[in-house]
Amino acid sequence: MSSLRTRLFVILVSATSLIWLFAIGWISVGTKHEVENVLDKRLEEAARMVSSLVTSNNVASPSEDSDSPHVLAVPNYERQLDCQIWSLDGRLVARTRGAPSTSLSDSKAGFSERLIDGVTWRVFTTEVAGKGIRVLVGDRLGIRERLVADVIKGLLAPTVLIIPLLGFLIWASLNRGLRPLRSMAFELQGRNADDMSPIEPGGVPTEIRPVVTSLNGLFSKVESARQHEREITAFAAHELRTPLAGLRTQAQIAIATADSSARNTALSQILVAVDRTTRLVRQLLSIAKLDASDNVGRDASVNVGAAVEEIVDMQPIRDHRIHVVVDPALEETFFTANYELLVLALRNLHENAVHHMPRGGTVRWHVKHDIQNTIVSVEDEGPGIPEEELPLVTNRFFRGRHKSASGSGLGLAIVELALRANGASLNLANRTDRSGLRAEIIWPARSRFQSIPTSASERERHGHIQLLPLRGFGAH
Amino acid sequence: MRILVVEDDPVLSDGLRVGLSLFGATLDTVSSCADGRAALALTEFDALVLDLGLPDGCGLDLLRELRARGDRTPVLLLTALDEVADRIKGLDAGADDYLGKPFDLDELGARVRAISRRRSGRASPLLSCSGIVLDPAQISVTRNGESVSLSRREFAVLAALMDRPGTIRSKDKLEERLYGWQEEIESNTVEVHIHYLRAKLGRHVIETVRGLGYRMRVGAS
Repeated sequence: MSSLRTRLFVILVSATSLIWLFAIGWISVGTKHEVENVLDKRLEEAARMVSSLVTSNNVASPSEDSDSPHVLAVPNYERQLDCQIWSLDGRLVARTRGAPSTSLSDSKAGFSERLIDGVTWRVFTTEVAGKGIRVLVGDRLGIRERLVADVIKGLLAPTVLIIPLLGFLIWASLNRGLRPLRSMAFELQGRNADDMSPIEPGGVPTEIRPVVTSLNGLFSKVESARQHEREITAFAAHELRTPLAGLRTQAQIAIATADSSARNTALSQILVAVDRTTRLVRQLLSIAKLDASDNVGRDASVNVGAAVEEIVDMQPIRDHRIHVVVDPALEETFFTANYELLVLALRNLHENAVHHMPRGGTVRWHVKHDIQNTIVSVEDEGPGIPEEELPLVTNRFFRGRHKSASGSGLGLAIVELALRANGASLNLANRTDRSGLRAEIIWPARSRFQSIPTSASERERHGHIQLLPLRGFGAH
Repeated sequence: MRILVVEDDPVLSDGLRVGLSLFGATLDTVSSCADGRAALALTEFDALVLDLGLPDGCGLDLLRELRARGDRTPVLLLTALDEVADRIKGLDAGADDYLGKPFDLDELGARVRAISRRRSGRASPLLSCSGIVLDPAQISVTRNGESVSLSRREFAVLAALMDRPGTIRSKDKLEERLYGWQEEIESNTVEVHIHYLRAKLGRHVIETVRGLGYRMRVGAS
């Protein structure tokens, strides 16, 4: 039964009917008992009345025709009671017309029942010893049952009428009571897919309010997710257009020019633009993925040094050299983290550092520990970030005044999101010893696992400093 | 034709510099509002190709500044914002045309020619004077219906003179049309180009106004 209304209707109508039937049963039993009581009282009273009226003469001097008992001339109305008067010696002295001539009861006193000629009689017997008579008053059980049945019928007749009426009332009340639900459903049905405005909780009954509250919560969640999506889409559309325009222009030049050196320049510009667009697309995908993943498993023990070295190795070799120095202590630093996200953060930090570097500069990776945290830092020798922009650069799409032309405004936002998902945080500061940015990963100690190098050969490996040819993008 | 490009994307900026010079224009490129402002203060340009999202501000602000001080340089906006509302905003700020990225290089060239033509008050895409017809789109010149072959610089000098026939152009102004800032100006170069133009088109076509400059002789044949 999928309709709440039908379900409630059936439940209410059957419950009401059951209660009615139970009530009728109860009333009929009670009524029967009461009616019997009253009728018994009547029998008893009638018997005593008759016995008080009988004179001893009637009994003591029986007439000549004493064989035939005196039939009491009671006016012919529909009687319910009949009476016999017996002398104590077993002679029927008198009886009413409806009474049989055989004794209604053998009992000397009190109530009894007897079946005579197919009719069950209930009889009250009273003996008047002083007058020598026994008075028996009885009525037929059939009459009693008819009386009880009449009472029950009187009760049943309205029930038959009332139950459909009740059914109708229940149906109408349900319709009315469920109207807020229906109107809410109607409103939701009529909504267009973009409408994420909350449902007005004003007219909603308290029982449905939790549903409305949850729905509104869901709406706002969906809306903010969609807002994110729209932002990313709009940003992607906007940010991709410029490199695409550059690509197209350079391609047209390569086609149009007859000069082979101009063509080669155009082609190498195309390569630069493709690389940069690739990075932008990768970052957009990363941020979309980070937005989509609420809970990430942090189940890998990641060797930070190894991860950094892998990132450094994977950087494409460019046309001018940037040195990378990785602190050997990083090789002993393990984070319990989500591997992918940690690598994503490290790579974006590394790329960010490399991109802002002048030719021949050095990117340095360090690690230090304090009581609460492990701090992994990367320092570049670029222009740094103006102090007033430091709190803003982790906002997605933010590009400051000194943005590099190749920046997407997403790199640091990705780093922060990826670190936050790992329970860590990002701290940015300008270097004090020279120009440049210092980015720190603050990793709380609880999620740190510090391994101690065990073998001598492993110890040896930590001594080296690597110098790798790398390049940032040309324009700074 | 001398064009200033204000665009911060290095690949696109380079593409515009090379691509538009294929159409015979002389290009200068800068990558910020501040540099654009400085360039406009120094040199008179035939057209300005302006990007909106610049590192130190919005191109629209530069455009408004330009128009506020009465600068009539034709401006073509180049932007990744492609909504109708953005276009309206750009045009209302004083732009002459609007092109959304990515665009076709040939179309950009045509639009730049169109806005600069409109600014000089011509409806015809062809420049003609004394039987000489110059087609900026094709970079071709005919004299009395016969095609004349000119070098890029000779073409630029002729185009500058034919833009407003009868108007005197100083040697400096002509030089400005020929060389971007990055280019070395050779001395006597304008005189050399004028000499070759006269040789190819006829001695009396270009008139020397002593002490002032050069002009096209109107009505000469």
